[in-house]
Amino acid sequence: MDILMLFAIGLLKAAIVVFLVMLPGAVIAVYSERRLAAFIQMRLGPNRVGPFGLMQAFADVAKLIFKEDIVPAQANRFFHTLAPLIAVTTTAALFAVIPFADYVMIGDTRIDFAVAPNVNLAVLYILAVSSVAVYSMTFAGWSSGSKYPMLGSLRSAAQMISYELTLGSSLIGIIMMTGSFNLNDIVHAQANLKWNIFYQPLGFIIFLVASFAETNRAPFDLVEAEPELVGGYHTEYTGMKFGLFMLVEFVHIIIAPCIIATLFLGGWQPPIPTFILNAIGIQEGTIIMVLLQLGSFAAKVLFMMAFFIWVRWSLPRFRYDQLMNLGWKVMLPLSLINIIITAVVMFLLK
Amino acid sequence: MANINTNTRAQKMTFWERIYLPEIAKGLAATFKQALQPKMTRSYPEERFEPNGSYRGRPVLVLEESGERCVACGLCSRVCPALAIEVQAAETLTRDKERYPEKFEINMLRCIFCGFCEEVCPEEAIVMSKDYEMIYTNREDAILGKEKLLVPMAQLQDRLEYLRSHQYYEPQSV
Repeated sequence: MDILMLFAIGLLKAAIVVFLVMLPGAVIAVYSERRLAAFIQMRLGPNRVGPFGLMQAFADVAKLIFKEDIVPAQANRFFHTLAPLIAVTTTAALFAVIPFADYVMIGDTRIDFAVAPNVNLAVLYILAVSSVAVYSMTFAGWSSGSKYPMLGSLRSAAQMISYELTLGSSLIGIIMMTGSFNLNDIVHAQANLKWNIFYQPLGFIIFLVASFAETNRAPFDLVEAEPELVGGYHTEYTGMKFGLFMLVEFVHIIIAPCIIATLFLGGWQPPIPTFILNAIGIQEGTIIMVLLQLGSFAAKVLFMMAFFIWVRWSLPRFRYDQLMNLGWKVMLPLSLINIIITAVVMFLLK
Repeated sequence: MANINTNTRAQKMTFWERIYLPEIAKGLAATFKQALQPKMTRSYPEERFEPNGSYRGRPVLVLEESGERCVACGLCSRVCPALAIEVQAAETLTRDKERYPEKFEINMLRCIFCGFCEEVCPEEAIVMSKDYEMIYTNREDAILGKEKLLVPMAQLQDRLEYLRSHQYYEPQSV
């Protein structure tokens, strides 16, 4: 297979992931966010557009496309346009290393269910790419030429940098146990219900909280604290540029569950031990197996997504100093303790 | 500065409250329970709100089988704080009812639904109906004439009964 062929296959896979995972995922996220929020507040939520209001997200997008695109007079036009593009690109790029299922053999061809399967630095890639996302917020806030977006973006930068450390160090336990940065290896190590959530409960909680902060979801959504900062960093955006920021916000509650599911909830491993699956005749590499894997991955992701939404409508927003205290004085030491505990236990069991 | 540093609520927190996670779980349980509650929303065009007799909706004129009740005394027009009512009286040919309103207009853009017209009316001829769906596409449409104001008495029974049961004085027998 020459390099051009590889490139073409990669591009095709990327297109499939963007159009069959990311955008439908965002639609599901928008719908379930609004519906679940409504249920928690004893309302009905959007139920007019299409059956059960399922077409609401499409109606929203159609509205945003027809809106006028306004760039404020004080804005830096180049960075103002660049910011939403960075946001979308970095978020979409995170999907590249997520394994949605194992492989399937069609004839002699092996098809992996990931855009970039077996990247041996996938965990580092995720951490690196997600920290580039902070640029989109800083650019958006700074280039708007307005004080509220500026304050919002400064907060986001501080918040993301503080929680990135925790995010990274909470994963070290898993990496020590698996001995690999490769997401495929991490998922394979979690076969037979040996999910990392059972072996790393502290790491799971820390990672969960840090990912709430990284995705700027409530209770850590200080970046767009409406009463203080109007709309946060995207106050000065209109039309589809604003739409892109909203898209990113909703893709975040797809991608964060994807990462959590892969790292802690066994990824695409079905919640059934392998020997039972083999006993009933479902072999690795068959289409039935892959469908089962895709299904269990989707179920885990949707569950985590519902959890993200549920938390958002349950907890009040943290104050800024509380956020920083929690990040530096609680989460970071806890994640370091988690590393030490993991190391000691691994040494004793050896 | 002392009062800033003392947060008694924070000092009294128990160990489990300090850990914070059990409290979050409690909060999540509360919202979960809330999500299963019956919904407060009424799906408007399908499910309509049916007000009871005490509701003050669009003021209307009572139409009896023998005709309108209004005798065009003009008290409603006089008492109306928003100056929404205009009455022009004319003479009838019958003896039992000498006057009738030649023109009776309520400007619904001015009306504030206070119900003074109904209270002041000696004939119980103008009452507040249950109608709350008032849609006008221009200002002329919002000025309702007699043909739109007259409503058969059968439709206003709830309000008339409510008024009788809530009068502060006994109606004087003639």
